[in-house]
Amino acid sequence: MRKFALIALPYTWLVLLFFVPFLIVLKISLSDLALARPPYAPQLDLSAGWQGIKDFFGGLDFENFIWLTTDDLYWKAYLSSLKIAVISTLLTLMVGYPMAYGMAKAPEEWRPAMMMLVILPFSTSFLIRVYSWMGILSTEGYLNQFLLGLGLISEPLMILNTPVAVYIGIVYTYLPFMILPIYAALDKLDGSLLEAAEDLGCSRFTAFWLVTFPLSRSGMIAGCFLVFIPALGEFVIPSLLGGSETLMIGKVLYEEFFNNRDWPVASAVAVVLLLILIIPIVLFQRNQQKEREAGQ
Amino acid sequence: MRRMSWFNATSLTLGFVFLYLPMLILVIFSFNASKLVTIWAGFSTKWYGELMRNEAFLDAAWVTAKVAVASSTLATVLGTMAALVLVRAGRFPGRTLFSGMIYAPLVMPEVITGLSLLLLFIGIGLDRGVLTIVLAHTTFSMCYVSVVVSSRLVTFDDSLEEAALDLGCSRLEAFLLVTLPIIAPAVISGWLLAFTLSLDDLVIASFTAGPSATTLPIKVFSAVRLGVSPEINALSTIMITIVAVGVITASLVSKRAAVKRRNEEQAAGRA
Repeated sequence: MRKFALIALPYTWLVLLFFVPFLIVLKISLSDLALARPPYAPQLDLSAGWQGIKDFFGGLDFENFIWLTTDDLYWKAYLSSLKIAVISTLLTLMVGYPMAYGMAKAPEEWRPAMMMLVILPFSTSFLIRVYSWMGILSTEGYLNQFLLGLGLISEPLMILNTPVAVYIGIVYTYLPFMILPIYAALDKLDGSLLEAAEDLGCSRFTAFWLVTFPLSRSGMIAGCFLVFIPALGEFVIPSLLGGSETLMIGKVLYEEFFNNRDWPVASAVAVVLLLILIIPIVLFQRNQQKEREAGQ
Repeated sequence: MRRMSWFNATSLTLGFVFLYLPMLILVIFSFNASKLVTIWAGFSTKWYGELMRNEAFLDAAWVTAKVAVASSTLATVLGTMAALVLVRAGRFPGRTLFSGMIYAPLVMPEVITGLSLLLLFIGIGLDRGVLTIVLAHTTFSMCYVSVVVSSRLVTFDDSLEEAALDLGCSRLEAFLLVTLPIIAPAVISGWLLAFTLSLDDLVIASFTAGPSATTLPIKVFSAVRLGVSPEINALSTIMITIVAVGVITASLVSKRAAVKRRNEEQAAGRA
């Protein structure tokens, strides 16, 4: 009985505020736009009894999803989100790996402090971290002033409001997600393996490439998914740094809902985004599962 | 001890400069006298004064604080219960759905969580305001709390609670007197995580907030969309300072607690 009470409360909460809302999104994605309040049809009319339920299900269709395939905007936005997420994940890996490697090779007594330095920016406001790049990257920003002052460029660079600014923003804000799992993998690595490789005549670099790098693979995979998954649906970074030129699906969804007030299409956009996300999420879970089994 | 190689030292230095320079610039330019944010015109604290006189920001800050305290407390209670269910309840009908609902919000894009909750609130005719933001924040942060707490519960020695039960405690007493004090550090860090998530959230709050209640991130977002402003720099500096002090204190406290526990365990081992 007590166990029942313990389960019931969080269970009911999640069903009502997570599962049901999700079903509502699914339902509205199959509805039509209507000039009514709320602005979609059909509405479930239980007072009409069985006929009401029949009319309700009869009124649902896949029109919005067909619309998503015919209008260029949507598939372009999905593709461009995928492209931006992939490129920035790889860039984060390129920045994060050397840092994680350096941390794992650093003297033992420095490591907790370095760990702290990696996590600390992560706990300050996401919005502020993204905002801090607006002043740096704008045409009259600090970076351009610096480069102009050095005489390296003669015209200010256009970085803000281009995809490049979005890449920088994603690398900057998600870097801890990449560093921590790679560091964890490198930290577990048995140093004697490297010594053995060097004894057997490998150069430092070959030893790294043949031993360390493959053994840190699961950390890299975990880090890449931890960056890729949230980057794909990102809204704040493209809207502050990307300008109107950068298409990302999170931004399209937000604007479809708030500016165009087209709830059925916004819901359909959300459903498709979730379907796309299922693939990396399942792959990520598999990687973690394998990792756990290997650890036992 | 091998010295750090030239390559490692460089990549770490550059990496940390990359992580901290943007925020450092923000802090420095919050003390800039000029309205033009990119040109230095002498030291001044006037933007902090402006900020303190800005009613809209103060109101939003107050709403944000209320929402964060309420939602993180609720999330800690619900999340700890959920963690107990996940670790201890064994099999029950609907367990797969339950653990799915715990993990899904962690990877769900915020725009989707926000959209779905907004559609729910409109569907049931709940007016958007502080209450709806609290409900929304509690829902996603309870999942984070339950992940943090359940990772501690997995290593918890059940025989301690069984001993309390043998000595005549009721189940609830055994939990409150034995288990809770032991898992307290995890519960507290869960609360802190939920609190910062709530303070930080822009997307879900913009979907679930109404005209009657605006949170600080929503205000900041609408201000920075128009460009960099010295007032926002001042606000950012205040927030960065609060977080830095909070995180450093928390880590010192937990480090001291860990040392104390180790000493106690060693003493118990000798006895």
